[in-house]
Amino acid sequence: MRQVAISLERSLARPRRRSVRSLQEAVAAYAFMLPWLVGFFGLAVGPMAASLYLSLTDYSLLAPPHFIGVANYVRIFTQDPSFYQSLRVTTLYVLLSVPCRLLFALAVAMALDQGIRAVGLYRTIYYIPSLMGGSVAVALVWKKVFGYDGVFNHFLSLFGWQGMDWVANPKTVLYTIVGLSVWQFGSAMLIFLAGLKQIPAELYEAASVDGASRVRRFVSITLPLLTPTILFNLVMGIISSFQNFTSGYIIGDGRGGPLQSTLFYTLNLYLQGFSYFHMGYAAALAWVMLIILALLTWLLFATQRYWVFYFDGQEKG
Amino acid sequence: MLANGWRLERVVLQVLVSVVAVAMLYPVLWLLSSSLKPSYDIFTDPSLWVHHLTFANYVSGWKGIGGYTFARFFLNSTVVAGLSVAGNVLACSLTAYALARLHFPLRRLWFALVAMTMMLPFHVTLIPQYLIYHELGWINTILPLVVPHWLGGDAFFIIMLVQFMRGIPRELDESARIDGCGVWGIFAKIVFPLCVPAVITTMLFTFYWVWDDFFSQMIYLNDVSRFTVPLGLNSMVDQSGNSNWGGLFAMSVLSLLPVVVLFLACQRYFVEGIVTTGLK
Repeated sequence: MRQVAISLERSLARPRRRSVRSLQEAVAAYAFMLPWLVGFFGLAVGPMAASLYLSLTDYSLLAPPHFIGVANYVRIFTQDPSFYQSLRVTTLYVLLSVPCRLLFALAVAMALDQGIRAVGLYRTIYYIPSLMGGSVAVALVWKKVFGYDGVFNHFLSLFGWQGMDWVANPKTVLYTIVGLSVWQFGSAMLIFLAGLKQIPAELYEAASVDGASRVRRFVSITLPLLTPTILFNLVMGIISSFQNFTSGYIIGDGRGGPLQSTLFYTLNLYLQGFSYFHMGYAAALAWVMLIILALLTWLLFATQRYWVFYFDGQEKG
Repeated sequence: MLANGWRLERVVLQVLVSVVAVAMLYPVLWLLSSSLKPSYDIFTDPSLWVHHLTFANYVSGWKGIGGYTFARFFLNSTVVAGLSVAGNVLACSLTAYALARLHFPLRRLWFALVAMTMMLPFHVTLIPQYLIYHELGWINTILPLVVPHWLGGDAFFIIMLVQFMRGIPRELDESARIDGCGVWGIFAKIVFPLCVPAVITTMLFTFYWVWDDFFSQMIYLNDVSRFTVPLGLNSMVDQSGNSNWGGLFAMSVLSLLPVVVLFLACQRYFVEGIVTTGLK
């Protein structure tokens, strides 16, 4: 009945009426998008242009911005040791935490996919750290767990090892923060689990019939078919790890200490902008960060044809 | 023989997975048990077992800082989170509806721009946004934290809702149109109600991101009376140094509770959100 009614209406609709309707629809669409449009221009595009301009000025919130050309950028790259220090801390953090988190996530997802009992329960338990790991509360716990009298040293003493204050030591504090990040592998694990479920079982069966070993099946089937998921996790992981702030701020002393070992890129930006009120300089730092992230993302997508494998049958399978 | 080997392997795997699970949960359980121990036990007795059960930490922690109790901080956090959730659901679902269902010029371009803002680090807009809010006199109010959500600031949810709406049969729109529904009617009576699962995911993630957010709240709220829970926790460390870790842990437990309860109650929606959009 309805189908008939629809086709009847379509055939009766005259071109002019249709164009009126499409105009109405366009107006309605922009009305629906109005909040987002206001936000897009007022809180994204406008501020981006403003921040580009501010990055070319000396501005402290007290006096009007004073145009100084690219001096901020020159200073960032030639005269600012804290920029290089923050870049070093952040790069080390990203290089360690992102691959470790993905490896853990993949290993655990594979283990959970072997048909063990109570998968749902484990999935829940493994996800809980991702759920709370970004909070101030857990960062505080971390600071005490790796402190001198913390649980981690108690654990080491069971094996007769002498611990130390891992959080106060500038050589080790970053590794505790990396640990906090790796601890949150649960969300990546869930994405891998969903990816594993999409691999057609026939592929494994065919490979078994051909006598492929488990390692071979992993290398030749599982890994290639998961590469799109790995790419996705890598991009999102790098972007979010590069912007890490809370754990460094709380586990460190909030000013980059001890000895600037927790001076994350975003912390440096925050200190420049909101502690020293070098607003123009902070804007320049933000633009440098945007360019670094854009380059990294571009690099990953540009190299994907060498290592990311899109299986044609996956859509249908 | 082969079957036995397979079985043994599974047992080993099961044990391994369980051991890792316990290790994963250990810091959380340690936090919980420490919050129930007298403060002299917290750092001397690393076991999870509570030998001398006490709620003294909860009493001392609740007192808060600067004359404001945690009741105030929880209230502030709840207001910020509640208003953000409402705004995000409204703005994101309206935008998603236009992008998923309506035909209009430049639709593809707008969709691409939504997706691009998803990747944009917020630091690039941070300083000018701060200046705007400063000009408007919004510093030290909750407006800079809430208003962006009413303007669809989290593109993640728009993309997720668009994907979800595309799955709803278009015949429903057509028949509603014949029944005299306008564009708004189709959205309010057909599409939105059918999107409830995706809307719940949006609500949960918005709530939990705002609840755990520290950076923006620290930048925009300076007065203790306006403090949210993360700010309250942070300033307890600043002020008391090492003295009241028991109280700090007790309040940490309370601060994590709403998120964990919501997660356990609505797990399905969380998993859905993570898998479809890679939300954290």
